[in-house]
Amino acid sequence: MNVYAIRAIYLFEMARTGRTLLQSIVAPVLSTSLYFIVFGAAIGSRMQEIDGVSYGSFIVPGLIMLTLLTQSISNASFAIYFPKFVGTVYEVLSAPISPFEIVIGYVGAAATKSILLALIILATAGLFVDIEIQHPVWMLLFLVLTAVTFSLFGFIIGIWADGFEKLQLVPLLIVTPLTFLGGSFYSISMLPPAWQTVALFNPVVYLVSGFRWSFFGTSDVNIGISLAMTLVFLAVCLATVTWIFKTGYRLKN
Amino acid sequence: MAVMQNIISVEHLSKVYASGFEALKDVNLDIRRGEIFALLGPNGAGKTTLISIICGLVNPSSGRVLADGHDVVAEYKAARARIGLVPQELTTDAFESVWATVTFSRGLFGKPANPAHIEKILRDLSLWDKKDAKLRTLSGGMKRRVMIAKALSHEPQILFLDEPTAGVDVELRRDMWDVVRALRASGVTIILTTHYIEEAEEMADRIGVIHRGQIILVEEKAELMRKLGKKQLTLQLQEPLAGVPDGLDAYGLELGADGNELVYSYDADAEQKGIADVLRALGAAGIHYKDLQTSQRSLEEIFVSLVSERT
Repeated sequence: MNVYAIRAIYLFEMARTGRTLLQSIVAPVLSTSLYFIVFGAAIGSRMQEIDGVSYGSFIVPGLIMLTLLTQSISNASFAIYFPKFVGTVYEVLSAPISPFEIVIGYVGAAATKSILLALIILATAGLFVDIEIQHPVWMLLFLVLTAVTFSLFGFIIGIWADGFEKLQLVPLLIVTPLTFLGGSFYSISMLPPAWQTVALFNPVVYLVSGFRWSFFGTSDVNIGISLAMTLVFLAVCLATVTWIFKTGYRLKN
Repeated sequence: MAVMQNIISVEHLSKVYASGFEALKDVNLDIRRGEIFALLGPNGAGKTTLISIICGLVNPSSGRVLADGHDVVAEYKAARARIGLVPQELTTDAFESVWATVTFSRGLFGKPANPAHIEKILRDLSLWDKKDAKLRTLSGGMKRRVMIAKALSHEPQILFLDEPTAGVDVELRRDMWDVVRALRASGVTIILTTHYIEEAEEMADRIGVIHRGQIILVEEKAELMRKLGKKQLTLQLQEPLAGVPDGLDAYGLELGADGNELVYSYDADAEQKGIADVLRALGAAGIHYKDLQTSQRSLEEIFVSLVSERT
């Protein structure tokens, strides 16, 4: 295992966060705070409790998950796309480092950043609403699994993208809508029966549901199914990354 | 264990790109340990493809490459740890400092931090006073030095320089030649591609010429110059001639400068005797000269003639 290489990539990426602190940390915290002000305080005060939880508190797991998904994808996709764009990726590809080690470095850094961000948002949310976490270990498990899985997904997008437009395409047109429709701001039990069935085809439902269960002990789908679906998506991303490095897709001629 | 003489062995290497373009055709090449090897070839000849395969940037279609005895595909970690690459393009992280980017490269190649080594490289390359400067603030020449520093950060045994002095001014080019010679003196094997034939002529121990994906010649530079380098003797005459006098036809003399010069061409491995014969024959014919000079066909002219023979 080339530990020095993994460390070099990891620290390089974390240093990039430090240089772009405003963009990396402050902007997502600000936008999440706005969600709480609008949905939690302004609109939420007029809404009924959901499963015995105030609306302001109910949306906390969904908002954290929304940030976790978008930031994991954004961090990881940019981390690998930018070296491709400017050409510095040659150094990583010519280094004595295995594809698995490259992924640990880039995805590890992207996941770390989004987990830190999620924890900052959780702390920020605590300033607006009461928060209880019934299953903190599960909460952390979902946090880490989701961050790693979507950082892997972002890494794949970063390799696939051959322009900045494509880099934004999947997060904007697929991930964000799926997250909004995945129960971030409501329980899918509030939907008409037919739409509840449709919602079950949305993978984000399982992530949000499992994560929310770790907070309040209630969920739209069984916690075991949520965990299994997260692991399935993780396995699919791992298999795709393995294929990319095996074939050199979009990396080598 | 005996140290292998050849540090790189390319065996039956071929590369066909997805577009169908055959960039390399059954290339065989050995690079000797500790030498400076210049790979010459026109644009699109396959130089960069060959280097890219050895360094792991391009997948070979068939054949294999050994770097210090390690297969660059099957044992890529061991092979790549021995190789440093300075690519043709100036690709740098604009917002990184010189120190940070060189330190990053050392870690990436699996070496523990060694600030003393990084400092030595930066000093050797006259970059020490720029160590905290952001890369975007550096000139093209300085960026080129940073690329070399990055490639040397992990103490490679083999260094690839792909067009190392492209776009670099004459003074800096000569500085870089000194750096390359110093590296060779420290035991590093250097393979360089260049468009500047003068560069190969100045530095290389051996020359390889690649054309249309095939190695068409590998030769010691001195031997190549000796074999293929035509020499010329130019005599500046005291009195102009209207034509080459009868009796001197056998020497193939040519008249130039409005009859004020006589030019005699001969092979480099020469025939000093031929020169003596010509001078004697001129004396006998009553032709006197006020000055003479000899010149040798440059490597560039040799290269052009080699390539054009196969075009």
